[in-house]
Amino acid sequence: MPFGPHLLLATLEGLVTSAVLALTALGLSLVFGVMRVVNVAHGEFFMIGAITAWWAASLVSGNPALGFVLALVISPLVVGAIALVSERLVLRRLNYNPEATIVATIGLLYLLQQAALSLYGPEARPVEAPFNYRILLPWFGYSGYKLFVIVAAVLLLLATWLVLTRTRIGLVMRATQFDRETAQAFGIPVERVYAGVFALGAMLAAIAAVLIVPIQQAHYLMGHDPLLLSFIVVIIGGLGSLRGTLVAALLIGLSDGIISMFFSPTLAKMIATAAVALVLVFRPQGLFGTTPR
Amino acid sequence: MSAGSAKSLALHVLVVAALIGADWLLSAYHQDVLARILVLAVFAMGYNLLFGYTGLLSLGHAMFFSAGLYGAGLTVYHLGWGVPSAFAAGMGCGVVLSLVMGLLALRTTGVAFMIVTMMFAQVFYLATLYFGEWTRGDEGIVLQQAARTFQIGDLFFDLSNPTTRYFAAVALFAVVLFITLVIVRSAYGRVLVAIRENEERTKMLGYNTFASKLAAVVVSGAISAAAGAAYALLFGYVGSTFASVQYSILPLLWVLLGGASTTLGPLLGTILMYYLIDYSNTLLARALPDWNLSYLGVVGVALIVLVLFFPKGILGTLRDRWLKWLP
Repeated sequence: MPFGPHLLLATLEGLVTSAVLALTALGLSLVFGVMRVVNVAHGEFFMIGAITAWWAASLVSGNPALGFVLALVISPLVVGAIALVSERLVLRRLNYNPEATIVATIGLLYLLQQAALSLYGPEARPVEAPFNYRILLPWFGYSGYKLFVIVAAVLLLLATWLVLTRTRIGLVMRATQFDRETAQAFGIPVERVYAGVFALGAMLAAIAAVLIVPIQQAHYLMGHDPLLLSFIVVIIGGLGSLRGTLVAALLIGLSDGIISMFFSPTLAKMIATAAVALVLVFRPQGLFGTTPR
Repeated sequence: MSAGSAKSLALHVLVVAALIGADWLLSAYHQDVLARILVLAVFAMGYNLLFGYTGLLSLGHAMFFSAGLYGAGLTVYHLGWGVPSAFAAGMGCGVVLSLVMGLLALRTTGVAFMIVTMMFAQVFYLATLYFGEWTRGDEGIVLQQAARTFQIGDLFFDLSNPTTRYFAAVALFAVVLFITLVIVRSAYGRVLVAIRENEERTKMLGYNTFASKLAAVVVSGAISAAAGAAYALLFGYVGSTFASVQYSILPLLWVLLGGASTTLGPLLGTILMYYLIDYSNTLLARALPDWNLSYLGVVGVALIVLVLFFPKGILGTLRDRWLKWLP
């Protein structure tokens, strides 16, 4: 294949990565922005989302689209419920202390992996795509489902953005993010906002996982890469900045796709990780963030 | 010397004496396990100096441990270096890496510090995979028995011999234990604790907190690298698992369990956690055979329970309640 089409293929693959990454990272960014909690178990919410999707899809026989739609409904609900319970039982008791919550979410990470290993097993299992349609380009055929993933992610991101900027719920969330104590003084139930944001962040990861699982198989250790990449995206974009998160997801997804295709996936991850550490050191507010007050 | 420091010195000497005496009591299996635990406890002590005393929570100590591991392992394997120079090479790698990481990461504080250290360690881990031609990645390198022997004067040491190995581990442990004891009781150790309690105030009192923190990172990195180098030379295996994020979290767990900012906490935590994982694996596998229970669940539950109910660990709680003199 000549260079041009090869680059196009790499770009398309990069866009799929970006789309899923943007959803996952948005969840992490929301949780950090509003609650100031670094959720190390975020990748495991992604993993549980994927595994629940496999389970939901296996309930329905016949048209794979049915199973997919069912997964799209059940997965976020299950993951959101798990997130709510862990917020109630663990994070709230720690009073959202940053260091203690990191240690606790590391514990949660191991616990969720163990749960997946016990209930689902060590195998990697695929979920059938809701439709099988290949778009034929002059140089190669490309999976229509992957394009659908990109479109779906863009729509979901738009919806989240609308909720955050145009609705009352979004206003309450932004007020809590801006100043927790003043928000509480104005009668905003801060604890309920925290619980809701934590669940919402986890649900975004779960939806991203449902979208990716027909392309990548569900496995109990699959949460590691999304976690690392989301961290990278959230940091480069500026902790808590949504616009930055989206731009960084596009940047990281595309460069990951292109470097992985032309060089090696390990090298791509190494470069991204080193870049992020240096961004944090020399520009702690991220590329798009503003200095916290 | 006050009564408290006499008591604490006696306690430390007693612990080391008990470890030496244990050689005659333990079966071959437990002797091997305890040697491993001692080396890992050295790693935990290095971690404790930074986390417990200075109050800097690093999630990247696997990098220092594996720097020592690879620094010693690769020089033996590829360059045919002797044991003492390989050990020095491992520690040297740890010192250089911790100096670089300290200079960069200490520009950040709090959550950003944890993430930066984790990211640097992740880069190191990926590098061990990327340069698989030399490191052989996940598969790792096995050091032959002949490469793990050395001679000082007329004395011949074979580190693959279980008894020699055990005493080498005890010796390393004892040296590091007394080094940490001296550090934390010195004026410098007090400055570290002051930084942990209130950095701004320490700065205002005229201390250069950045230099003190940097020194703490380097000493902690050097101790961790010494543990890594000893692990490579004593057990003859070098692999990238030791650079993975799991080995950054385990020392945190050991220190939390035993008691952060206590000199003997890391040893206690490592022993308990090692045996807990070891025994619970077989016990749980027998009780619930189809559940694939592994270290994951045990570590997860332990971390959450510790941080929720015993944030000070075993020795930290003991010190608060009864033994005020415990260092």
